Amino acid sequence: MTGRVLPLLRRDLARLLLGGRGGGALLPVLFFLSVAMLYPFAVGPDAPLLARTGGGVIWVAALLAAILPLDRLVEPDIEMGLFDQWALRGISEELVIAVRVFAHWLSFGPPLMLAALPAAALLGLDGHTLAMVEIGLLAGTPGLAALGVTVAALTAGLRGGAALGGLLIIPMAVPVLIFGAGSLGAGGTSGLALTGAASLVLLAMAPFAGGAAVRAARG
Amino acid sequence: MQGASIAIDDLACRRGDRLLFRGVNVRLHAGEALRVSGRNGIGKSSLLRIVAGLAPAFAGTVRTEGAIGLVDERPALDPARPLGDALTFWRQIDGSTENAWELERLGLADLLDVPVRYLSTGQKKRAALARLLAQQARIWLLDEPLNGLDVHAATLAEELTAEHCAAGGIALIASHQPFAVPGMATLSLADHAA
Repeated sequence: MTGRVLPLLRRDLARLLLGGRGGGALLPVLFFLSVAMLYPFAVGPDAPLLARTGGGVIWVAALLAAILPLDRLVEPDIEMGLFDQWALRGISEELVIAVRVFAHWLSFGPPLMLAALPAAALLGLDGHTLAMVEIGLLAGTPGLAALGVTVAALTAGLRGGAALGGLLIIPMAVPVLIFGAGSLGAGGTSGLALTGAASLVLLAMAPFAGGAAVRAARG
Repeated sequence: MQGASIAIDDLACRRGDRLLFRGVNVRLHAGEALRVSGRNGIGKSSLLRIVAGLAPAFAGTVRTEGAIGLVDERPALDPARPLGDALTFWRQIDGSTENAWELERLGLADLLDVPVRYLSTGQKKRAALARLLAQQARIWLLDEPLNGLDVHAATLAEELTAEHCAAGGIALIASHQPFAVPGMATLSLADHAA
C-alpha cells in the first residue's frame, strides 16, 4: 500500500503546496498576513489593545485562510474521473482523503505558523502569547485541515459548493477556535489540550465522512 | 497472467426514475470482445460503469475476474501537469515502467513536456489509452473510445484492442460508431430497452 500512498502524497503536495496556477500555499499565507496587517489599521494604534486581542485575530485569520483552497481540494478529482480510476485499482476513497488531509495540512498549517511570527510582530504580541499561539496553531490546524477536506468532499457535487463550503466550515470550526483562542486567556494549557482533542476527533472522522461523501457524489 | 471473465446475469439499470434496460445477460471469457451498441442515452455508459463497480445495478448481478481498466470521456490526467508527469503518476500507482515504444506508437513521445490542458481532444484520448496500456488490466472497458480520434488513431485503437484480446484480455466497448475487432460480438441494447 505504501507504494501507492507515496505517489498520491507527492501529487497532492505538488498541487496544494507548490500549487502552480492555484497559488499553492502562498495565497493563504498572503491572505493571513494581510488580515493581520489590516487589523491595526482598523482598530487604531492602541498597543495594549492590539496585544490583548492580537492572538484572537491570528486565530480568526488562520481559520479564514484555511477556507481559501476549499474548492480545489476534492471536486476537481471527482470531475476528472480520478476517484473512479482509483476505485478501479482498489484504492479506497478513505485512503485518498486521509492522504489529502495530511497534504492540505502541510500546505497551510506550517506556513501559517511561520507567518504567525511576522503577524505577531505587527500586532505587538509578547513572547509568551506568541508561544501559546504557535502551540495552539500546531494543535488546531490539523483539525481545520480535516474539516476543510471533509466539507470539500461533502459539497463537491453541489453547485456553488465553494461558497457553501465556507459557510458550513465556520460553525463546525467553532470548538477549535474557542479552545485555541481561549488558551490565550484564562484557558491556558487546558485550552490547548482541548484544541488538540477537537483536532483529533475531526482527524479521526475525516477519512470516513469524506470517503462516504465522495462515493455519494459519484451517484 | 491471471484469467479474466465477465458474467452479467439479468442486469437492469435505472437512472433517476427511468428504467434504461433490463434482462441483459453477457458471458465474456479470456480473449473475447463485445461491442455494446445503441442510440444515445440508452445506457451504454451506465452498463460499463455497473460492470466497473462504479454504479449500482438496479437488478441482476455482475461478476468479474481480473483487474479492470476504464477509458471514458475523462482522461483522469492532471490538466496543469506535463503529460509525461501525469502519466508517470499512474505508472507509479500501477507499478509499471515507462514504455517508450507504446508512447511512440500512440504519437505521444513528442508531447510529454506539454501540459495536459494544451492537448487536443484526440491527443487526450490517446493519452488515456497510454494510461490504460500501462495499467496492464485484463479487462478493458472502453466508453466511446473513438470520440475525437482521427482515422489513423482510430485504427490504432482497434489494433490495440485486438492485440489485448489476442493476449487473453477482455474488451467491452460501448460505441455508437463501428469498432472493428476480429471475432467481436455485438450487444444491441435496444433489444433490452425497458
